Amino acid sequence: MQIIGASLILLGTSFLFLGALGLFRMPDVYNRIQAGTKATTLGSLSVLLGIAVYYPLWWPKLLLIALFILLTSPIASSTLARAAYKTGLRPYRAALDKGEG
Amino acid sequence: MGRMHQPGLGIFPVWLGKSRIMNTNTSSVNVPQAAYGWQRILLATAFIYPVWLLMVGTFDPAELSIGLIIAVLTAWLSKPHLHILDAIKWHPAIALYVLVYVGVFLWALLRSNLDVAARVLSPRLPINPAIVEVETHLRSDLGKLLLANCITLTPGTLTVDVFADRLQIHWIDSTPGRDMTHATASIAAQFEYYLSKFIK
Repeated sequence: MQIIGASLILLGTSFLFLGALGLFRMPDVYNRIQAGTKATTLGSLSVLLGIAVYYPLWWPKLLLIALFILLTSPIASSTLARAAYKTGLRPYRAALDKGEG
Repeated sequence: MGRMHQPGLGIFPVWLGKSRIMNTNTSSVNVPQAAYGWQRILLATAFIYPVWLLMVGTFDPAELSIGLIIAVLTAWLSKPHLHILDAIKWHPAIALYVLVYVGVFLWALLRSNLDVAARVLSPRLPINPAIVEVETHLRSDLGKLLLANCITLTPGTLTVDVFADRLQIHWIDSTPGRDMTHATASIAAQFEYYLSKFIK
């Protein structure tokens, strides 16, 4: 059980690390948000799951945290992206955006 | 229960009631007419109360009753916003649809992470980003919110903005095509299908 929990937490932290790496490597704000959101969401979920394996009695609160993360994290990212778009920031290498074939 | 069977009490799950025959015209997929405030509050309470239960984590009678009071109070205070709940399509198998949707969603979330990880770790950084538009048939705000959330958490896509029936999406690898038909097919269609089972 301990090993399963530890591996889940390790997996989660690796995703979090990849998310951070993505923030460095990606070329513009939108791609960075993408890397940030996805990696942190699954990373946090995996860490929470790992904790749930360690301390099975905590599952109700962990489930609640997971639900809140799942609901709020994408909204926050969309809001950031929307703000960036509204300030006129165009995506990297995309002179032909806005629905052009 | 009797008063619930008048026609036009849209959001309440009629299949919970005694008579199904009487209510065939108001059942499941129909557009709800003026839903009654207390029904929305009841429904919202049914969503909020489990949150309380998860938070306290006991079945102590004192906690249960305080929680019920707080859940009803919270639902009542959020009354101006509860109309979003009207978007739910009541249906006997709704729990099944929600489960299938959650499964599809978690699977997509997993793929999305592996996808991002692969891109980040690849030395060439294989991205071909663009902002595309996607069409949705979901009409309700709740439906669009869930669809937008889902799109944000799935491989290579990020919802930037929502208009009437369009979603503007940043797509990390727009190779399949930047026009709306291709984008809709490869980004939104799958989730929309599962969502449309229980949301308008």
